Amino acid sequence: MIEIRGLHKSFGSTEVLKGIDLEVARGEVLCIIGASGSGKSTLLRCVNLLETPTSGTVVVGGHEMTDPDCDLDVARRSIGMVFQQFNLFAHLSVLRNLTIAQHRVLGRARAEAERIGRENLARVGLAGREDAHPSQLSGGQQQRVAIARSLSMQPDVMLFDEPTSALDPELVGDVLDVMRSLAAEGMTMLVVTHEIQFAREVADRVLFTDAGVIHEIGPPEQVIGNPRQERTRTFLSRVLHPGAKPPESDSPSAG
Amino acid sequence: MALTPRQRARVSRGVQYLIALVVVLVVAFTADWGAIGRAFFDVEVAASLFPDVVTVALKNTVVFTALGYLLALGIGLLVALMRLSSVRVYRWVAALYVEIFRGLPALLVVLSIGVGIPLAFGTLLDHTLSITLALGIVGGAYIAETIRAGIQAVPPGQVEAARSLGMTPARTMVFIVLPQAFRTVLPPLTNELILLTKDSSLAFLLGTTLAQQELSQFGRAALNQVRSLTPLLVVGLCYLVITIPLSYLARRLERRFGSAEKVDA
Repeated sequence: MIEIRGLHKSFGSTEVLKGIDLEVARGEVLCIIGASGSGKSTLLRCVNLLETPTSGTVVVGGHEMTDPDCDLDVARRSIGMVFQQFNLFAHLSVLRNLTIAQHRVLGRARAEAERIGRENLARVGLAGREDAHPSQLSGGQQQRVAIARSLSMQPDVMLFDEPTSALDPELVGDVLDVMRSLAAEGMTMLVVTHEIQFAREVADRVLFTDAGVIHEIGPPEQVIGNPRQERTRTFLSRVLHPGAKPPESDSPSAG
Repeated sequence: MALTPRQRARVSRGVQYLIALVVVLVVAFTADWGAIGRAFFDVEVAASLFPDVVTVALKNTVVFTALGYLLALGIGLLVALMRLSSVRVYRWVAALYVEIFRGLPALLVVLSIGVGIPLAFGTLLDHTLSITLALGIVGGAYIAETIRAGIQAVPPGQVEAARSLGMTPARTMVFIVLPQAFRTVLPPLTNELILLTKDSSLAFLLGTTLAQQELSQFGRAALNQVRSLTPLLVVGLCYLVITIPLSYLARRLERRFGSAEKVDA
């Protein structure tokens, strides 16, 4: 489904990704963990080319995204993306948020777009909020609308960029529940997250990235349960026991 | 003896009131109220201005302003998009346009259009067309900057969300960015309309016939015929009839949309 080869990305003179090779199979759930600034969001944004890689190839669902002749607008129709800050269209009602791209990009008739939009709104537990405005919703509700908006395009892959990091703790659960049920339905998912428990429970594989390279990748029992790399262990102990003193202090502070 | 802050404030306010009172008294006793009354409030003269002051002058002011503003909006939107374009030449042309026409007095632009174009191209432009063109070009330079600021105030996440749904850059601009940008700039755009209403008085540079007179020119012409300044008062009131509702509208729009756009705090 996704194939990444030799991916490099620099911002100015700072190299954020230093050669990533990665394959994700159809129906797989891959969670990407790592400290702030480790390049995990950039990696995700290179998959749908919101960031243009400096070098390397990215192929998603048969579209070679990095080919200059690739029609990105067409390729992106089948790649859903969920952002940390939700990014709901502030001037549109919830239902219009779900239908505008169906209507303007896929050319679906209004009635069909609304039917699909309502279905997906119900899927994320927000049936009845069609006419609300994004500003009237809580962060957790906004994020679920954002997921429904992506799902309404009926994508083959869903990218999640720290979907719960901007939420109050008590709102995180509802969003993770929606993602859990998506994973159970067989959606191919790439999830950048700090929710280690979620990764352990839902991911088929977990990828630990640090300083722009993949440090460790494998089933959650291994990467989270029994990490081989010292770096992974340090990171996990920091995230899982934020108050505790780190066992060793060899890397800069993580956020 | 030291004053407490509250006493100091009271003394200071007392002094301010005293100064204001003195100014009012001086004006009241030195002005020749009879002369002012005769000069500005001659009812007969005022009555003689109607209905032409409304049916011709006010109508022309509104028509010139409305047409000029429509053109200015079009030019402003185009130039704003050019300034934000990835094509360097567009950015340069747009920046040059804005700098030139924001920097020149509107009077020069009106004269250049009205007199310059016939000289340069050998054709006489229609009067309404000339003034529309001039007001559109001047207003467009200001509106371009306003719209550009509005576009840049739309959070980049909105564009990313639209693009990741497969929207083309053009669709993203039309359906996502511009609707939000226009909400934020509605109040300054209304202010621009007020400024343009007053700039429409420059039509006097080009107008010749009676039917082409807008408010200011009508007022000046009337001044030459009556021994009274009353036309100035009448014409001034006509401007206020247009501009005061507009500034009221601008304030309402500001309250409604002014701070509603902060999505991600």
